[in-house]
Parts: sequence; C-alpha cells; structure tokens
Amino acid sequence: MAAIGAPTGAMDLRGDARRRRKETRIRRVFQGAAVFSVIVSVLIVASLLGRALFFLSKVDLSALWIPSRGWYPRRGVFDIPTIVMGTLVVSGIGMLVAAPLGLGAAIYLSEYAKPRVRRILKPILEILAGVPSVVLGFFAITWIIPNVVQTIWPEAGFFNMMGAGIAVGILITPLVASVAEDSLRSVPGALREASYGMGARKRTTTMKIVVPAAVSGIMASLILGLSRAIGETMIVAIAAGASGGSAFKINPLEPGQTMTAAMTALAIGSDQVRGQEGTFESLFFVGLVLFFITLVLNIVSERFVRRVRKKY
Amino acid sequence: MTAQETKPGIRLDTAEHAVERRPAGELVFDVQDLSVYYGEFRAVREISMSIAQNQITALIGPSGCGKTTMLRCFNRMNDLIETARVEGKILYHGVDLYEKSVDPVEVRRRIGMVFQKPNPFPKSIYDNVAFGPKIAGFKGNMDDLVEQSLQKAALWDEVKSRLKESATGLSGGQQQRLCIARCVAVEPDVILMDEPCSALDPIATGKVEDLMQDIKDEYTIVIVTHNMQQAARVSDMTAFFTAEVNEEQDRRTGVLVEYDKTERIFTNPTDERTENYVTGRFG
Ligand SMILES: Nc1ncnc2c1ncn2[C@@H]1O[C@H](COP(=O)(O)OP(=O)(O)OP(=O)(O)O)[C@@H](O)[C@H]1O
Ligand SMILES: [Mg+2]
Repeated sequence: MAAIGAPTGAMDLRGDARRRRKETRIRRVFQGAAVFSVIVSVLIVASLLGRALFFLSKVDLSALWIPSRGWYPRRGVFDIPTIVMGTLVVSGIGMLVAAPLGLGAAIYLSEYAKPRVRRILKPILEILAGVPSVVLGFFAITWIIPNVVQTIWPEAGFFNMMGAGIAVGILITPLVASVAEDSLRSVPGALREASYGMGARKRTTTMKIVVPAAVSGIMASLILGLSRAIGETMIVAIAAGASGGSAFKINPLEPGQTMTAAMTALAIGSDQVRGQEGTFESLFFVGLVLFFITLVLNIVSERFVRRVRKKY
Repeated sequence: MTAQETKPGIRLDTAEHAVERRPAGELVFDVQDLSVYYGEFRAVREISMSIAQNQITALIGPSGCGKTTMLRCFNRMNDLIETARVEGKILYHGVDLYEKSVDPVEVRRRIGMVFQKPNPFPKSIYDNVAFGPKIAGFKGNMDDLVEQSLQKAALWDEVKSRLKESATGLSGGQQQRLCIARCVAVEPDVILMDEPCSALDPIATGKVEDLMQDIKDEYTIVIVTHNMQQAARVSDMTAFFTAEVNEEQDRRTGVLVEYDKTERIFTNPTDERTENYVTGRFG
C-alpha cells in the first residue's frame, strides 16, 4: 500500500480538486489586494484631476507665473514659482543635512561598525525613522530654531525655512541611511577581499570599490529621501511660518511657503476658503503637480535600484 | 629546528606525522608550528613547511582540511575574519609576518592573491588592472603597465580592443585571467592562488596553467587545488594535508601529512594516507 496521501496511479495525477480550488481562491485574494492599490492610485489622480482642471479653467494661466507677487490664494494670487521655490529651499536644506549624515551613517554601519554595534544602532535608526513628523515640527520650533538657527544667524525670525529644512533633514536621514546601507551591504564580500588582497586599505576599499559598486543604490536613497522631503508637510506647516500666503522668498532665514504647506493651509481652514472662485480648487492643482514630481522621482530611483540588482 | 638527516635537505620529522622535505633554493616562507583557530575551533594544527623562491608549491587535501585557511595566512587575509587567530610563526624572507609591527597592507602588496571565484571589480578592464598600481602610488606609464600585465596573463589579445568595457562582461575564464593580470600588475613577490581554475573549463584551465609556468621565473606561486592532475602538472613541490579527528572537540583539525617534491608525492609517497589520496582511494 502507498503511504497516506501519496499518489498511487494515473487517476491521481489531477491532484485534489479541493486543494486546487483553495489555491485559486488564495490567488484571487492577493490579486484583489494588488488591483485595489491600483484602483486607489487611479482614484487619487482622477479626484485631483477634476478639481485641478476646474481650477485651471477659472484662473488666467499666465497668472500662474508671476514671480515676486507671491502666493495668496484668498486674494486670487496663485504664483506657482513662489511655492515651488519654498519647496526647493526647504528640501534642499533637508538634503544638505540628510545626504552627509545619512550616507555617513550608512557607510559606518555597513563597513566600519562591529556586528554588535550595528545590532544596537540599526534599531535606533529605525526608531528615528518612526518619529511622527509633527514631533519633529515642534522640535524645530522649540529647539532647532532657537538653539541652532538663531545662534548662528541672530537675525533669523522665530519661524523660518532654515529650521524647517533642518528638521526635514533629520526626518529623512534614517530613510537615506537605511536604503544606502542596504545597497552597500549588498556589495559582495568577494569585492572587498579582492581589494584588500591588492593591498588596499579600508578607506580605499570603501571609497574606491564598495561605494562605486553601490552607487546606484546610493543615488536611489538620495532620490527617495528627496521625494520624501518634497512631500513632507507637517514640519513645514509648523515651523516654516507661512500661514495662508507668502511672498516669493529665497532667503532660508525668512518664513516661506512650500507646496505641501500651502495645501494644508487651504485644507484645514476650509471654512475660510471662499475668496475667489478656484481658491479651494488650487489645492488640487498643487496636489497634482506634487504628485507628478514625486512620481517622476520615484520612477527614476526605481531605475537606479534595478540597475544595482542587475549588476550582481 | 630542522634536523638535517639522511640526505642533505631532507628532514624526517620526529612528530607523528609530517614527512617533510625542504625545497631546494632560497626560501620565501618558513612556516613554524602554525596553528589557526576560528574562535575556539582549531582549524589547522602545528604546520611546519617552507616554500622556495620561483617555485610552484601546491597544497592538496580533502575538503575542510584547512588549505584555504593555510593559504590565507600567507598574506594575512585571515585578519579580515574576526574570529580567526594565528599561533606560531610564518617567516617571510626571515621576518615574522605576524609580528606586531608588521602592517598587513604592506604584506598584501608583496603577496598577492587570486581567489577561487573570479572577482573582478565592476569597473572597466583597464581600471581593474590599474587599481593596484594606482593605490600603490605607481608613477610610470600606466598604459604600458596595463598592457604588460594583461600580456603576462595571456589575456591581452582578447581584450586589447575593449579595455574600456566593463570587466563583468568577460567570460569566467577571461575574468580569472584578468584577476591574475590585476595581481601581477603590482609586481608582487608571491602569488597565492586558491583553486583558481575550479570555475573554469578545461581550455581556460590550460591557459591559466600555461601562464603559471610562464610567470614562475618572476614569482613564487602557492596554489591550492582539488585537481590532482593539475597539482602534478604545474607544481614543483606538493604539500598534502588531511583532517584529523580532534579529541577535545568534535571537529576535524587539519594537519600536514607529507610535503615533498611533487614527483615523489605522486609516484612514491612515504605516508599511506598520501598514497590513498593521490591514487583516489580516499573517501
Ligand atoms: N570563517 C570561518 N569561521 C569558522 N570556521 C571556518 C571559517 N573558515 C573555515 N572554517 C573551518 O575551518 C576548516 C578548514 O576550512 P578551509 O576553508 O580552510 O578548508 P579547505 O581545505 O580550503 O576546504 P575546501 O577544499 O572545501 O575549500 C573547516 O572545518 C571550516 O569549517
Ligand atoms: Mg578552500
């Protein structure tokens, strides 16, 4: 006799019909989850698109590009460069903080830290990644701006883009560090051995072999960090200091308005959002622009990551 | 130390194993009572052997007997393994490699290594060869050096038109010869090879063996191989290792059984274990 459940003849080659049905059901469940996420993405774009088009039909298109007039939606002044510049300044400062800190931490963790040290530091990094941005926003106004920004630049006001940018940088540092560290660690040990075998020192091996081999993943970490910085809202809303509207600002020591903060200002004060026609809808247009910027950045970083995978 | 008995240059060790003949010629390495530990585990025990200049020395033996461990002691690659610890001495031209003041980086510049799996850098063919000389501060004509090195590794004709292309696009055999070119580019004194042909087909293997013969006038080569024919073909001296059951720990510790002229190891070995192994009677 055959063992329990073991196939005994050609009759059994079809296997158990119930088990196959179960397999199909499970596949449907996962398929459903995948389809659901696609549907949600389409819905987001669709909901943005309708209102954004309405907004575009209400305003003079040339009025979307009048630098120096600023962003005052309630007065019907919609200068896109103002909020794009605000976003650039804040996320630029964020990157200036996060790129060296994040990459430095990644290189340390992957190349220099002893296993024991890494076992302690890695979870701390992950906790830092989980800090709600509202907490960092308050950290910016209660500590970063008075103790750091105003110490270095006494002329800085209580709210400014510099403080917000530094906080954004702290926010995205763990993300940059963790993605970059993964790509550094995925560089095969054989390459390090080859380098040491040639008589290279640790820093030469790290900088000339490991980092170049992981460059795609490092780029991806920076781009992911940047898109997270561009999308960050809470810190900017709290610390950058522009409620409602803002003039066109480049100086990071002054308050400024980013795209996300502009949207929040409109969204949370929806009872006040009357103003001119299209004021409320401008929120959706900005949202759409933001959506596409981050989409492009994510696609680019996805490309980089794929190049890393192909190489080994 | 070395008791000179029977014939000059021959030493029959008094220990329970190790029939050792000293190679003729000037010595590069003199290994004295070398033991290597990984944590508590002793991987090889009390190895004594010497390696002569401009000779090819083969290390053979069953898997796990410590050939790689032994080879990696010669250029202090075991330093990279945190748990590894070395006891005993390896004199390199009379200087103990494990002396406190010795810098492993300097050791590796003189004693190069070719690994079992070809591991070219994900850079161009040219940059792979130029990497070593560059970090060693080479000031001469790099193009010439790259060409000479590739020629020595019998690879020049195949790659001269694509030096700027990525080395990862080469075939396995070409990659391994590139690794050899990369190694000879820094003009080391010794080249250590750990099963350099195990990932190669017979034709590529033949090329690598030929090139070993070609370059042995300039270098001292120590090669680990599982291929008896290869050891017999290319080497001057052969060391046979085996793994002995270790009483204290339930693991096997590598020991040197016999070290002699290759011809003798393969035709008329002294130790029965050697004979069993080289004739294929070993498990
Ligand atoms: N990094 C390490 N940590 C702990 N033990 C190790 C390490 N490397 C090797 N060993 C152990 O040391 C012993 C010798 O290993 P080694 O790699 O030197 O053998 P080998 O003769 O090269 O074998 P093979 O022919 O299979 O390559 C083995 O028992 C192995 O398990
Ligand atoms: Mg080995």
